Amino acid sequence: MSENLQLQLEINGQPHTLLVDPRVTLLDALREHLTLTGTKKGCDQGQCGACTVHIDGKRVLSCLTLAAQANGKSVTTIEGLAQADGTLHAVQARFLEHDAFQCGYCTPGQIMSAVACIEEGHAGSADEIREYMSGNLCRCGAYPNIVEAIQQAAADLSREAT
Amino acid sequence: MNPFDYVGVSDTDDALRQKQRAGSRFLAGGTTQIDLMKCDVEQPPALIDINQLTEMREIAFTADTLRIGALARMSEVENHPECRLTSPAIYDSLWQAASPQLRNMASIGGNLLQRTRCVYFRDPHTFSACNKRQPGSGCAARDGVNGNHAILGTSESCIAVYPGDLAVALTAFEAVVIVRNAAQRERRIPIDEFYLLPGDTPHLEHDLASDEMIVAVELPLTPALRHSHYLKVRDRSSYEFAAASAAVGIELDGDRIRDLRVAVGGVATKPWRARHVEGALRGQPFNEQTLRRAAELVVQDAELLPQNQHKKLLAPRAIARALMKAGGMA
Repeated sequence: MSENLQLQLEINGQPHTLLVDPRVTLLDALREHLTLTGTKKGCDQGQCGACTVHIDGKRVLSCLTLAAQANGKSVTTIEGLAQADGTLHAVQARFLEHDAFQCGYCTPGQIMSAVACIEEGHAGSADEIREYMSGNLCRCGAYPNIVEAIQQAAADLSREAT
Repeated sequence: MNPFDYVGVSDTDDALRQKQRAGSRFLAGGTTQIDLMKCDVEQPPALIDINQLTEMREIAFTADTLRIGALARMSEVENHPECRLTSPAIYDSLWQAASPQLRNMASIGGNLLQRTRCVYFRDPHTFSACNKRQPGSGCAARDGVNGNHAILGTSESCIAVYPGDLAVALTAFEAVVIVRNAAQRERRIPIDEFYLLPGDTPHLEHDLASDEMIVAVELPLTPALRHSHYLKVRDRSSYEFAAASAAVGIELDGDRIRDLRVAVGGVATKPWRARHVEGALRGQPFNEQTLRRAAELVVQDAELLPQNQHKKLLAPRAIARALMKAGGMA
């Protein structure tokens, strides 16, 4: 049996120490070890985007990332997106307003991906959003409303920045 | 997933020493490695995490060469301001590959070693026959669902298609893969020789010894690369592997073709350089009819299966369209 690993991760601004088997993915560490169940397990093989989180500000798939690979890094999940007083991130607010989901299972991954998509500068048009959000599947087919929500959120954030 | 030892290393020497353990694998982005371990296709006793070797993450453009460190992420190359300018086909092959999340994770070295998406290869619990996974066990794909299997470079043993995009563009423009072993011996391998044909040994995919590590890829920055394009044709418009793709570059002299480069993906068992097409077009007039006729040469030796005959149409059309775009006609 392989040796357990002791890891230090900063998750949503809080330091955490974990003792895990090397096989544990970041997704399972979040859900099973830290009870942060906002990050969803969809396909668990890197094909659906439901498990999208940010590591050091970059969007990645937590199902194909070992917890060990996040050692010493800063992880942001859907639970860490709103402000401490509960004020929603612009992307969260616009998803609600535009009804950008049906069952909601893919939504945390969609939102984490959308925040990064806007930050990367890839929300310039509906076509560009569709291309740079293509790693997040929605089986309910809420895509038109997702694209609208992202366009609106991008405009909100650009106004805030100026 | 099998139990394994997770080994962190802080320098290349240590990494290469650790790699001498039989069956061990390097861990970079993990997008292929972890995926194949979840499928039980790979069961290494140890993963050697090389992500601390930050000197292998550099991307360096000089006047005539692009050198990409093996640990540079796909998105880092894609977003480098020089990439789009000097190497459009490389840029096009990157932004159309996988998804943004996967491109943030996947390293260039790991991407070169990306393995086939053949569903029979990826599912050992349902399909025991796979010569690539288990030499001599047979090929479940040949009589299975094989609409996306290869028509070029196949053998009796294996028809699995090489799935990647970047390596197709790197093959067209004659990149060199630089590898190193524990004795510090460095080899520079032309990328076309780095990828092996399946033949009778489809489990051997690369000219890379078990004690070697990819440290970088070098690409000559040529006039044809500056006027290049990567066209990817697929079943859905994004986040999908190629049904056929073409990486091309062209250098025109008036209305004649002085030089060109052509490689295809999604149709062959390895990134496929189309030298016959290049030979037929060098020195010829640059017009649609000439391009379309010469592009047909890419499939002259194609071996078709009942379900993948469309690839014989797609590959030449992808080449012709890509050349027209690269040459400014479309």
